Amino acid sequence: MIRFQEVSKVFPDGFKALDNITFHIDEGELFVLIGPSGCGKTTTMKMINRLIEPTKGKIWIADKDISKENPVELRRSIGYVIQHIGLLPHMTIGENVALVPKLKKMDAAKYQKRVDELLSLVGLDPSIYRDRYPAELSGGQQQRVGVIRALAAEPPIILMDEPFSALDPISREQLQDELIRLQQEIKKTIVFVTHDMDEALKIADRICIMQKGKVVQLDSPEHVLRHPANDFVRSFIGEERLNAAGVLPDIEEVMLKPVTAGPNRGLAESIKLMHKHRVDSLLVTGANDAFLGIAKVWDIQQHYREEELTLKDIMTIDVPTIQIGRSLAEAIELISENKVAYLPVLSDEEKLVGVITRASLVDVMANKYGNA
Amino acid sequence: MDLFTIFQDRLPDIATGFREHLELTFVSLFFAIIIGVPLGIILTRYRKGAEAVIGVTAVAQTIPSLALLGFMIPLMGIGFTPAVVALTIYGLLPIVRNTYTGIVGVDQAAIEAGIGMGMTSGQVLYLVEIPLALSVIMAGVRTSTVLIIGVATLASLIGAGGLGDMIFRGIAMSSNELILAGAMPAAVLAVIFDFLLKRLEVRVTPKGSRNKA
Ligand SMILES: Nc1ncnc2c1ncn2[C@@H]1O[C@H](COP(=O)(O)OP(=O)(O)OP(=O)(O)O)[C@@H](O)[C@H]1O
Ligand SMILES: [Mg+2]
Repeated sequence: MIRFQEVSKVFPDGFKALDNITFHIDEGELFVLIGPSGCGKTTTMKMINRLIEPTKGKIWIADKDISKENPVELRRSIGYVIQHIGLLPHMTIGENVALVPKLKKMDAAKYQKRVDELLSLVGLDPSIYRDRYPAELSGGQQQRVGVIRALAAEPPIILMDEPFSALDPISREQLQDELIRLQQEIKKTIVFVTHDMDEALKIADRICIMQKGKVVQLDSPEHVLRHPANDFVRSFIGEERLNAAGVLPDIEEVMLKPVTAGPNRGLAESIKLMHKHRVDSLLVTGANDAFLGIAKVWDIQQHYREEELTLKDIMTIDVPTIQIGRSLAEAIELISENKVAYLPVLSDEEKLVGVITRASLVDVMANKYGNA
Repeated sequence: MDLFTIFQDRLPDIATGFREHLELTFVSLFFAIIIGVPLGIILTRYRKGAEAVIGVTAVAQTIPSLALLGFMIPLMGIGFTPAVVALTIYGLLPIVRNTYTGIVGVDQAAIEAGIGMGMTSGQVLYLVEIPLALSVIMAGVRTSTVLIIGVATLASLIGAGGLGDMIFRGIAMSSNELILAGAMPAAVLAVIFDFLLKRLEVRVTPKGSRNKA
């Protein structure tokens, strides 16, 4: 429906607000743009209705290059909820809401009725509020009017720039629910800007996370929670939400430094090493930390009398291992399926980089659920 | 002779002077508005040139009013028309300046809302900028009106009539009563217009912004 193709924006003062962004918004999707202040969310949004023109790149709506469309017509077909509400102070609430239908010369009787419906929809009694002026409404009430003004002409696309930011938590939740319901009913394509991760996770079909004019991740809320693209996204989501969502940390964070020994190490020495580190197994590694096997204290004990043996003779070779990029859930599954106490973690080059033990998993679970 | 009898005797003259004075004022004001408001609006579209143009109209206003009327005689002779030209030039500055500052001062968010809703630039002007700047523009018109009423008393000197006729005749005849017969209606006229236009100004202030100020 809406497609950004390698779009950049450099403002006249030389500030690069958007840096080569490409993405696609599907028809009927509720698409959330999120990111810290100044990352370019509003700039991105304003390009869709040509309030800002890209310096480079193209934007397509329904496969038409919008730079070739008449901007006035384009804007009348796109609902726009402005970040700072932007009600016209000299017009009544009713006139504000009816603005676009009026500009489009729709039938007055029809849109007047629609105005009343919309006012009721957001809990503003038309008989009280229709003829008031914006200054006679609270900030939250004005924001509701800003939202319904964008809906009045029933445009197929609606842009909403932090539409609920001035609302108290309860009415915010209400309007979010209302929006989700509306979205399911009328299937508009909605582009929604917010600062608020909870809001994004709640309403979005897909979340587009921006940072310094770039898109850092574009995924479903579920995916964003399960696989944050990088540390920025992780910290932006917040550990609390990641935990609350039942998301496990990465293997990297859980694994321990393994106690290793070379394949040619004698059994007596090995026992000493185990004793020193208080472990019951050694991970046997060859040249370049290549993983060879695990030597358990039982195996050493059984062969202890055979002085000429070294670790390579008694170690277990056929043990499950896991690649570092995999999820912790997979690691847990391997451990419980194979009933092993140690799960070596290998790098992409098959080097041993760490080990997950049952004890380290208990630590993770205790952290996650213990203080909940 | 006391003031009252002078007023009675001179009533037809006062009436004529009053009518001429109003004519001079309204015609000049009319031209000052139809030139000043569009000029102010155009300047908002070419802001770089704005300071220069407003500067020029300001210079026109620093020319002593009597001198400006005097300049008209060699250029256009005497009578109603040159007086109107001089008064129009005189009344231009407050209107141009207030139109300009009024529109420049309109909240950018409101303008962007208008554009974002799909207004053409003309609609932005008529539906957003002018309504929101109207009270400032009207304040300029008021200043200009009072100014023109005052300077119009001098228009008598270039044969344009008005209440100035009485005043100057009174000066020539050393008749305080006659001077007052011209000066008092002129003063009352200025005060009344100031009052009426002030009320109009409040009326055109957008209701939403009235209690903010
Ligand atoms: N007209 C402009 N000229 C120069 N720089 C601008 C202009 N408009 C925006 N910027 C800059 O571009 C960057 C992105 O602005 P934008 O309004 O898109 O941010 P945002 O992500 O919407 O932030 P917020 O969450 O605070 O609304 C900011 O650093 C801003 O200062
Ligand atoms: Mg913004």
